[in-house]
Order: sequence, then structure tokens, then C-alpha cells
Amino acid sequence: MNKTEDFISLEHVHKSFAGVHALNDLSLTIKKGEIHCLAGENGSGKSTLIKVISGIHAPSEGVIRIGDKRLKRLTPKQAIALGVQVIYQDFSLFANLTVAENLALNTNLAQNKKFVSWKNVYALAREAMAKLQIDIDLNKEVGSLPVAQKQLIAIARALMFNARLIIMDEPTTALTGKEVQVLFDIVRQIQKDGIAVLFVSHKMREMLDISERITVIRNGIKVAEGPTTDFDEKLLTYHMTGQEFTNEKYMLEVDAKETPRLEAHNYCGKGFQNINLCLHKKEVIGITGLLGSGRTELAKAFFGMQKDTKGQLLIDGKQVQLSSISEAIKNGIAYVPEDRLSEGLFLSQSIKRNILATTLDSGDSSFFIDKKGAAERATRMVAEIGIKTNNPENPVNTLSGGNQQKVVLGKWLLTNAKILILNGPTVGVDIGSKAEIHKRIRNIAQEGDLAVIMFSDDIHELVHNCNRIIIMHKGEFVDEIPARAAEENDINNRLKELV
Amino acid sequence: MKLHLRSEFIIGSVLLLAMLVIGTINPAFWHLDNIFNLLRNNIVIGIMAMGVLLILISGGIDVSFPAFAVASAYITIKLVVFWQLPGVLLPILMSIIFGALFGLINAFFVAKFKMIPLIVTLGTGGMVRGFLLGFVGTSMININKMPRPLIDLSKLEIFSGLNADGTHYGLTVLVLFYVFTALAIHFLLKYTMLGRSIYALGGDPVSAERAGFNIPGIQTFIYCLAGALAGFAGILHNSLIWLSNPRDMMGFELDVIAAVVLGGASIFGGKGTVLGTVLGVFMLVLVKNSLIIMKVDTTWQRVVVGVIILAATAITAYRDKKTNA
Repeated sequence: MNKTEDFISLEHVHKSFAGVHALNDLSLTIKKGEIHCLAGENGSGKSTLIKVISGIHAPSEGVIRIGDKRLKRLTPKQAIALGVQVIYQDFSLFANLTVAENLALNTNLAQNKKFVSWKNVYALAREAMAKLQIDIDLNKEVGSLPVAQKQLIAIARALMFNARLIIMDEPTTALTGKEVQVLFDIVRQIQKDGIAVLFVSHKMREMLDISERITVIRNGIKVAEGPTTDFDEKLLTYHMTGQEFTNEKYMLEVDAKETPRLEAHNYCGKGFQNINLCLHKKEVIGITGLLGSGRTELAKAFFGMQKDTKGQLLIDGKQVQLSSISEAIKNGIAYVPEDRLSEGLFLSQSIKRNILATTLDSGDSSFFIDKKGAAERATRMVAEIGIKTNNPENPVNTLSGGNQQKVVLGKWLLTNAKILILNGPTVGVDIGSKAEIHKRIRNIAQEGDLAVIMFSDDIHELVHNCNRIIIMHKGEFVDEIPARAAEENDINNRLKELV
Repeated sequence: MKLHLRSEFIIGSVLLLAMLVIGTINPAFWHLDNIFNLLRNNIVIGIMAMGVLLILISGGIDVSFPAFAVASAYITIKLVVFWQLPGVLLPILMSIIFGALFGLINAFFVAKFKMIPLIVTLGTGGMVRGFLLGFVGTSMININKMPRPLIDLSKLEIFSGLNADGTHYGLTVLVLFYVFTALAIHFLLKYTMLGRSIYALGGDPVSAERAGFNIPGIQTFIYCLAGALAGFAGILHNSLIWLSNPRDMMGFELDVIAAVVLGGASIFGGKGTVLGTVLGVFMLVLVKNSLIIMKVDTTWQRVVVGVIILAATAITAYRDKKTNA
């Protein structure tokens, strides 16, 4: 290999925290001006690796080679001087300051300035914008900008430091499909200036799209490496998780004579109208649609979060009016929200308490809480849905995203629900946990006689887990596709035609 | 940001409107005698407000400064009387230094132990008041014991004139102290990296740390400076009222915080300007002054100040919600 092409190499790097290997004999080379993907599940050691490259962590063993220099470790200052810049998931911007100041502040600080010349601030900011060929109002407060523009500012700021390598940590998490494309264009543009980009992600399609080379790590060990053309989704999944996942569709013959679990006739509300739906037990249906299609409103209405809905709603043949959450729960509806962090969990409370949160008052008939019974139920549920923890008394925020989602799921399963509504069930969850959550959902539907409605953007997820998929547009159901006819590309095309 | 959205513009307009209304009802309002008196009442609250502004911008809060102001000034004047110290410069410097030292206690707990500023300053404020009464003294130092130079200082006037009935009025030179303090803080906040770092810290502490700001250093600086400003305000207060009372300024923190929030500073940190604070202080003084003229009971004045805090906070919260939507 031609070593002058390399920008930075880690050679046999080890890093352990309190005896646990976070990185184990890991070697990684990033060439000058390449787009390199670092793939791995949550907890695989990705963040530790970023911190070693950016100088925050010193490796316990191994060498970092830059040009002719062989170093034991980097300090943050050295890393910045070498041109290493990290763009964190939250962008590290100051929402209360203007665009101009955000762009210039770090440079001024690095130059050890004592006073602020506002002329200089604007000059620096304009320079940063020019480098990226973007144009954002310099006087706007960053807090008022959309996520995609914030990201551009974070990238522009990183470029101010003669960057040679920009590390992007999960950069597409909060972006829409279109914005991801804009980001990719920018990344390619940066590359033309000879700057390398390390793209840290667990989203396979994006990695295969953007990168030239991929390194996959799992449990701190490098498991695969090579040009992107050597990989496909299946292989990446296998390397990242160490397991093969069979994508079997969920086929189900529904007995039409049976009373449906949920029936809707001309159901109307804010954001949706004329909804007709017939949902039987054991069914898992998927509802998708573009942003603003009304699916979130519908999901929330089913959970009693809309007061004035019109039309008929029947559960097990009995007419119901769901005008509050407690009524929805009483009628056997369970809801797992899109944003589990703000809507579904008490993060600092224990796993056990979270699981019990919705059942404490319905599980017991007496005035006092049956603590022992409750604890047993919680422990059983932790085991049943496979939450990975060594102690259910740990707070929920110690769990990974996938396991947090399982806690939400478990919480609702205890309510003996009849209808389970999942809104974006695997947003931000890595593949391994995703597959596990999908498996649980199927089992629950089968064994618990549940009817499941899955609202999701992830067509792949819907195709492989739902026995039929409904497309929503402008508040109405416009298309229905049975599982055997469902094709990911076909559905994506149908969605595109709706724009 | 657009001019009409800036809180300084809004508070300025409201202030002007209020003055026009009061002036129409009672034309005596516009008389220089009254205006000078209003300005005089701005000095002490205003200087303390500058300290509170710094701390609010950084994302903290301070309720200890009235205690620090009273303690610094009272100890200073006791020492001045005891040692027969001359002049005004030395006492003022002493009070500022005492204030800064008190501020250092806050800084120690906030910066070193990362404790919540509200709890820290509640504790230090109460402690300092207790020590003052327990160890330094409980009795007032009144006009016949007060150091003459301090009294004479407040009598020095920039402008003066005679009322129609022959009585004298004037604008005390201490107003200039307030003006210079405000200008200095404005310069600090707007044109120094240290000032911008306070905004950065209040906006996002994690990002500020990643950017390489020395957070404990910044916190130590602002809590000491706020203490020093309290000490400064305390001695000027005693100079203006010609006495020093160790039980003074009870409940003052509410007034000052109300004025700062009224001036557009965010309780959640990251936002606030000197101009806004100056206007907020003037507004508060105007309201309280009008209440006194209307012979509203002092207990009801507290209600009004409370309402001002709630209303101003609600408005700024609404503003932040709109711009950050």
C-alpha cells in the first residue's frame, strides 16, 4: 500500500475501560480525501474510536501513525492542529447566538483572541459560507433554523480549521430523505478539496450510497473492511450483528366472518377524514405516507389524543368513543410513541418502574400498591421481551435505544391490550435490536391475539412485518397492498407519485 | 433579528407609553425634580441588576446579592468608622473587595462542585446575613456616625435647580457611577471573548466545553464580579440614604431579578443585554414610584413585582418558543 496516500492510521489499538475492552487490536486507515464509513451497532466501539482519533481518549496500546510520525496518542489540541474535526450528533452549536457568531466563535477562541471585532466575525462567517457555497442569513439565531441548516453550519464551522478529516457522527438521524441527499452532495464537494470524511453510521443504505470504503466493527473488533463495492445490505447486516436475518414476510389468512378487533367507518378528525378500516386479531398492518399525510394524527386519535372525532369506531363489535387517553387504555388500546424519549419513558427512573408505569392503578383492585406482585410482573416482563440489563433497578437511560424501545413495549403488554399502535417502532434503533423487536411484535400478535397497527416511514420494515400495507395521503387511505404483492421499490415509487 | 422583535424595542416602547400616560395624568411627572429622583432610584437596583444579568446569561441565578451588598457596605462602614479611614475611594474599594470575596464563595460551590446556583446562593445569602447580625452588629449606623465624605459624595450634583417654591433639587453624581458601570458591562459582554463565552455557556454548556472554553474559570469570574457589583451597589446605597442598616434590602432580590427579566434576559440563560436591563430597571422603578404616588400599600407593591416577573417570563418564554419552533 502506498503510505503517502494515508492521512491517519491506527495500528493495533487497544482501549479498555475498567477491564472491559472497548477497542481490541483495532487497525484502521483513512486515506487522504476519501469517504470512509465506520459501521457498527450501538455499543460496538464506534464512539470510543472517534474519541481516540480526536484525541479525547488515549489508547492503552497501539500506535497512531500520521505521515512519518508514530505517536502513542493524540491530544485534542494536536488532533485539531492536524485537521481532525468532529461533528457531533447534536452539532454542538449555540442556539442563542447568531449564525455569524457560531461560525466564528471557535476560530476566535482557538486564536486566543481576547476581544471581539464584529467586522472580523462577519468576515470569518462569510468565508466559511463561501467555502461550502451556501447562503444562510448571518444575523439569524441558530435556534430558529431547521436541522438541516444547523448541520450545514456545523460543517462550515469544521471547515474553518483547515480540516483534513471530518468525522460525522450519525449525521442523518434527524434529516428527511431530501436533506440526506443535500448532505451527500456537500460531503462529495468537501471531498473534492482533498478532505477525508469519516461517516459513522448504522444506516446501511446510506453507507452504501455515500462511501468508498467501509470498515465494520463489532464489540470493539474490526470484523470487515474493504471497498464499498464488496458489500451489500445483507453482508453489512451480517458483519454488524454477527447473525443472519431471514426476511420472511408476515402472511396471514384472516377469517372474515370473525368480529373484527377494530372497525372504523367514515372516521374523521383533525388531519384525516373518511377513514374506513377493518382490523382482525393477529393482523399486523402498516400505515405509511409522506410527511403531513395525517398518519401521526390518526395514530394519536386512535389513542384518544383527539377530542372531536366523527364517524364510528368499534372495538370487538362494540361502539366506542375514544376522547381521552385513559378511555383508550380502558378499551384495550396500547400506544408506543414515535419519540419514546419524550413521550413514553421516565428516563431517570428504573426499568422496573417504567414497565409498571401504566399498570400500577389498573393491575390492583385495592387502594394500595401490591409491591411484591408488581415486582414479579416486572421481572417476568424484562425476561420475556429480552431487555439486556444486569439489573432491572437500573435507570432506563442506561439502556441502548433498542432496549429502551423494548421497555416501552413491555409496559404496554402488561396492560393486556387488544390493539397495539406502534408509531415509528424502530426509529433510531440498530439492526440487531430492530430484528428482535420485529420478532417480538409478531409473537405478540400471534400469541396474544393482538391487532397491531404499525405507523412507519421505513418501507422495508413494513414490507417484512405487515400482512397488508396502507398508504395515506392528505388524510385519506389511498392505497392498500397485501403482503404477497408488497415490493419495497414499488411502494416507494407509489409514494413518490403522490408528491 | 428584526427590530420590532427585539425585546429592547418592546420594553422601550412600553416604557415610553407608560411615561406618556403617567405624564398626561399628572404633568408634574415631567418636572426635572421628579425625573432626577427617578434616576436616583435607578442607581442601586441598576448596578446590582448588571451582576444578575451576567449570571442569568450564563444560565445561573443569584439570590444572595442583597445580602452581600448589605454585608459588604456595613462591614466597610464599621471599619471606616473604627479606623477613622479618610475619603470615599478607599471605602468604595473595600466594599467592592468584600463583595467579590463573598462572590468567591458562590463561585467555589457552583464551579467546583457543579451545584445548582439557586441552592448555593440561597445558602450563602442566608449565611452571610446571619453572620453579619451575629458577629458584626445589629444596630444601624445613622447619620451622626456615618463617615462624612460618603454623605457629601451623594450631595454632589451634576445638575441642579430651584423649584417654583424656592426648594432645591438636583441630580446626584452617583448616577455617573451607574452609567459607567453599565457601559463597562456592555463592553465586556459585547466586545470581549470572555463576554461572549458567558453567552456560549448559557446557550449550551456541553458545546461550550467542547469548543474549549474554561467553564469553571468563566463561572468564577462572573460570580465574583456579581459579588463585587453588589458590594459597590451596597456602599452607594448607604451613601445615598446616609445610613447603614444591617437589616436592609430584605426581598430586594425579587425586584432586581424582575427588572432584569423585564429587560428581556432569559431565566434559562443565553439571552440578555445591558440596554434591555437598563430599560427594565427604569420600568420597575417607574412602576414602584407610581404605586407610591398613588399611595398603594407596600404589601401590594410586592404583588405587582411578582406579577411583573410572571408576565415578563411568560412573554420571553413565548418569544423563545416562537423563534425556536
